[in-house]
Amino acid sequence: MRPPPADSDALRAQRRVLELRAKLNDAIRRFFRERGFLEVDTPVVLPANAPETNIDAVPAGACWFRTSPELAMKRLLASGCDKIFQLGPVARAGEHGRWHHPEFTLLEWYRADAGYLEILADAKALLAFVAKEIRGATDFTWQGKPVSFAQELWDKFTVSQAFIQHAGWDPAQKFDPDRFDLDLVTRVEPALPADHPVVLIDYPAPLAALARRKPDDPARAERWELYLGGVELANAYSELTDPAEQRARFIEANAAREKRGEKPYPLDETFLAALAQMPPSGGIALGVDRLLMILADADSLDGVLPFRNG
Amino acid sequence: MAYTAADLRKGLKIELEGIPYEVTDFEFVKPGKGQAMYKCRIKNMLVGSTMDKTFRAVDKIDQPNIESKTMAFSYKEGDKYVFMDNKTYEQVELHEGVLGDQRFFLLEDLECEVLFFNHRAMSVTLPSFVIKEIKETEPGARGNTATNVLKPAKIDTGYEIGVPIFINQGDFIRIDTRTGKYVERVKQG
Repeated sequence: MRPPPADSDALRAQRRVLELRAKLNDAIRRFFRERGFLEVDTPVVLPANAPETNIDAVPAGACWFRTSPELAMKRLLASGCDKIFQLGPVARAGEHGRWHHPEFTLLEWYRADAGYLEILADAKALLAFVAKEIRGATDFTWQGKPVSFAQELWDKFTVSQAFIQHAGWDPAQKFDPDRFDLDLVTRVEPALPADHPVVLIDYPAPLAALARRKPDDPARAERWELYLGGVELANAYSELTDPAEQRARFIEANAAREKRGEKPYPLDETFLAALAQMPPSGGIALGVDRLLMILADADSLDGVLPFRNG
Repeated sequence: MAYTAADLRKGLKIELEGIPYEVTDFEFVKPGKGQAMYKCRIKNMLVGSTMDKTFRAVDKIDQPNIESKTMAFSYKEGDKYVFMDNKTYEQVELHEGVLGDQRFFLLEDLECEVLFFNHRAMSVTLPSFVIKEIKETEPGARGNTATNVLKPAKIDTGYEIGVPIFINQGDFIRIDTRTGKYVERVKQG
């Protein structure tokens, strides 16, 4: 059956977006190849994701679509790969809004024998590189406002600094998950500089997820998040390599899920077994659609997802 | 009855601490590993002011007891406007501050939708269009049918409105009550 003509017209109007995305994908691949990274493809349908309190997987038969390629990529690190990246689709149920879509593209990269600060250096170089490739310069405009991906302009605030300054409390001292989320979106994020990349670094240990705690400060975890103009672009860790602690965190996340009225997820035992062999590593997940949205001068993901449903 | 945050959408009417609000804007937000939240802009339906309010996905939100009733405008007394249910003869009063500019477009017996919150009249919605007579304006330039050049005119309630040059005193015009703007001249009687 032929699709209705309205669909063809709508897709034809998206030609520029298709070309920009292809150009961005190509730039990302060149960036990592030139630095000796191996591009990998790991399965999209999994028997188990990493259980996370607030991330719901989309079922696929008896399995689930991946919410992230993280566990498989860490198995590759454990097998001896030292620099790997992957660009591909992930799915998260129920996430729908101006900056969310249930299916989206993640870029993840990992470095063995490195930590979250080496990943930060990669991220700075990557953003400057793709801005030059797509917009011709590190400085450009997004929705009428100047933004710069110049490496020297990046700001870095600890989560404690940002919360003390903008919300009046230190979440690393006495953690309150509800208050943290609410203050983050209503007080901290709106107060961050909007015209250049900003990193919030060293999260309270209860928000470590798959990051290791700081060796000299176990109340905080080696995790950072990247923001631009109020949009969260990436999440990076010095990876946790302790299988016992990782298992305990998964069990804790599942307990929090059940408290929320959600089903717990099975644990990936292959991953947990491999973790003992994984070298200390740094890793990151970056939302490619959001990056493209900024580079394509769109104000929401609607502008860069030609097949967006609803 | 209560809503959950997933019910939030533009136009939804909710109750917070005894005050009815209408959602005028909302955005789904979900920080990194955090919980889903809805950043809303809400409008106080009693006084018209707006504020920001963020709901968590797990929050329950009260549904206000709001009813709507068709009532006819009856008369004005000082700064009070009286509306009447033509079947039961029940009368309600609304203060001119609640009516805003809408008060200028009322006509005797005009049927309006009166909103009640907890059985108390809260606001009124006029029909989208009303017909009013021009009471005061410069004489019209005959033959000038341009509709993009406007001159000031007054209607019976003293409201000043921009009308095309060809409109004369005594002409009847259609007004959009939502914008307060001239729509067209109408032949009357």
